[in-house]
Amino acid sequence: MLETRKANGEVITGSVRLIHAAGMHARPAVKLTKLAKKFQAQISVRASDAAEWINAKSVSKIMALRAARDSIIEIKASGEDAKAAVAALVALVSADFPDTDQ
Amino acid sequence: MNMRADIAAKAYRGRTASIGFAHGPFVRVDAAPHGGRAIGAPHDEESALRTALASAGQQIATLARTAGGEAAQILEFQVALLDDEDFLDPIHTAILGGTPADTAWTVALNALIAEYDSAPDEYLRARSSDFADLRDRVLRTLDGGEGKVLEIPSGAVVCAEDLPPSQFLEIDWSGGGGLALLRGSPTSHVAMLARAQGVPMVVQLGSVSAAAETALLDGEEATLELDPTSERVGLFQKRRELHRKNRASARAILRRPAPSWAGEKIALLINIQRAEDLDHPDAQYAEGIGLMRTEFLLAGQTGLPDEETQYQVYDSVLRWAGNRPVTIRTFDAGGDKPVPGFTEDGEANPFLGVRGLRLCLKHPDIFSVQLRALARAAVRGNLKVMFPMVTTPEELDAGRCLFAAATEKLQSDGIPAMLPPTGIMVEVPAAALTIERFEASFFSIGSNDLTQYVTACDRSNGSLATLIDPLHPAVLELVGRTVDYGKRAGISVSLCGDMAGDPRCIPALLSCGLRELSVNPSALAQIKQTIDGLSRGGSRD
Repeated sequence: MLETRKANGEVITGSVRLIHAAGMHARPAVKLTKLAKKFQAQISVRASDAAEWINAKSVSKIMALRAARDSIIEIKASGEDAKAAVAALVALVSADFPDTDQ
Repeated sequence: MNMRADIAAKAYRGRTASIGFAHGPFVRVDAAPHGGRAIGAPHDEESALRTALASAGQQIATLARTAGGEAAQILEFQVALLDDEDFLDPIHTAILGGTPADTAWTVALNALIAEYDSAPDEYLRARSSDFADLRDRVLRTLDGGEGKVLEIPSGAVVCAEDLPPSQFLEIDWSGGGGLALLRGSPTSHVAMLARAQGVPMVVQLGSVSAAAETALLDGEEATLELDPTSERVGLFQKRRELHRKNRASARAILRRPAPSWAGEKIALLINIQRAEDLDHPDAQYAEGIGLMRTEFLLAGQTGLPDEETQYQVYDSVLRWAGNRPVTIRTFDAGGDKPVPGFTEDGEANPFLGVRGLRLCLKHPDIFSVQLRALARAAVRGNLKVMFPMVTTPEELDAGRCLFAAATEKLQSDGIPAMLPPTGIMVEVPAAALTIERFEASFFSIGSNDLTQYVTACDRSNGSLATLIDPLHPAVLELVGRTVDYGKRAGISVSLCGDMAGDPRCIPALLSCGLRELSVNPSALAQIKQTIDGLSRGGSRD
């Protein structure tokens, strides 16, 4: 389920299955954007095989993904802390958005 | 002695929604959220929006902290949206391009709301009310109010086009005052609130254009007078004094034994919206609570109330009642009582939509929380529970099934609980016509909705006021059938609609065989007096 790889030295990508029962709704969307904002890196996500990548730091865009349960969320990031960002976001989604104090 | 000649030019007549008198400062409350806002240069507009967004964000964050739970998460979403550059950047760009801040904000939010409204997913559709809430909060803040609450001086005559229930509840009526609405209806939700709290209210005043310092509001004559002369004030005070004397004699009547009619005792109970309504001085004379509404637990909060909150409210009412019966009605949301996150959005005919028990059965998770609180409260007093808007016996059974399951779960967890007697509101004509099919512990006739559905008149539509007649023979026919069946089957029948509090309707209701009526605390004395008068009149021949 968790697969991160270094693509070309700069862009880090990962993908993870969305297991949240309600899909990407308000609570998960807020958690995802909050976490994304902790990183300097530019982070984009897309659901399953959507053509467009969207900004992982925009809650309105994440909600608009309307990603359903079991869809695959792809994440890519570039910048200094890109690797940590992708790892953290993949961990968040694969752990089903736990209520933890990060 | 031409009294008419000196009637002030600024006098208006409407319809009575709640009887009473008010003389005080005249305050206009305008519905338009951003009336007199001056538009600045693009740069000022842009920074005005930034300030408003920051302030709204703080307000919401504070609300979220106090609300907790699901509500907090939903509010967190609003906070996150206020911090979403992808969303806000185009708005700032539009403002710097010359669009006023409030326009740019409204356009962007409306576009978002429209997008969510058309979502195929019910959850996403329900979020559009979050955006509307956010839109209005920021607009209010932009208007200069720091999320301003209505500032109404004590004892004021408040005049508005119409007033939503939430605003009525924000006003402090403890120092008197009254409500004058240009539109509105005596059967609206606000009118029910005004009657319950004894706030004089006149509706359908037409256009009141003038500004004024003071006003007289006469809920009996249904008049509003602006800047009255001292002579007019004198006359007003005399009428008010007379009204007070009548009230005093009504109170003396309340202390007399229960009324009877045709040799049978008539039980008079009260309707309440919330525990505070029991503070009404006449409430103590009631034989019990015939209807406690619970929708108000859903309003005025940032989320649905949890089990403990509900239990505390129910328990406090049962403690007040002692041994007297208390009938609590489960959530009757929907229709003209929308609740964000619970009721359906965008129904073409909400009065014919998913409301009352229909809505609760659709949300067993929300309903079960209320049923658990009620099952726990049932061991604390003489509790009865009724379901609103029941159409078929299957719905009653489904509701009762959930109730029984909730009760059993509590008991198996060692929490004191019991299943109280469960009845139904009789307000859907289909139920009234097939009343013998319902295995209910009791029936309570909801005459407002019954009249609305029998006469096919929307009760919030003021222009149908003459047609929506609770004394229509078809309505009385259904009341009579229900009472007759109740007598045959040994099931108690009461009536808790506005009809019971209307002296004109009492003879018809008694003739139908009703022996239990539930009215607002403020109507208790008058109805007792009416019944006493009728029975004295009857014993003379």
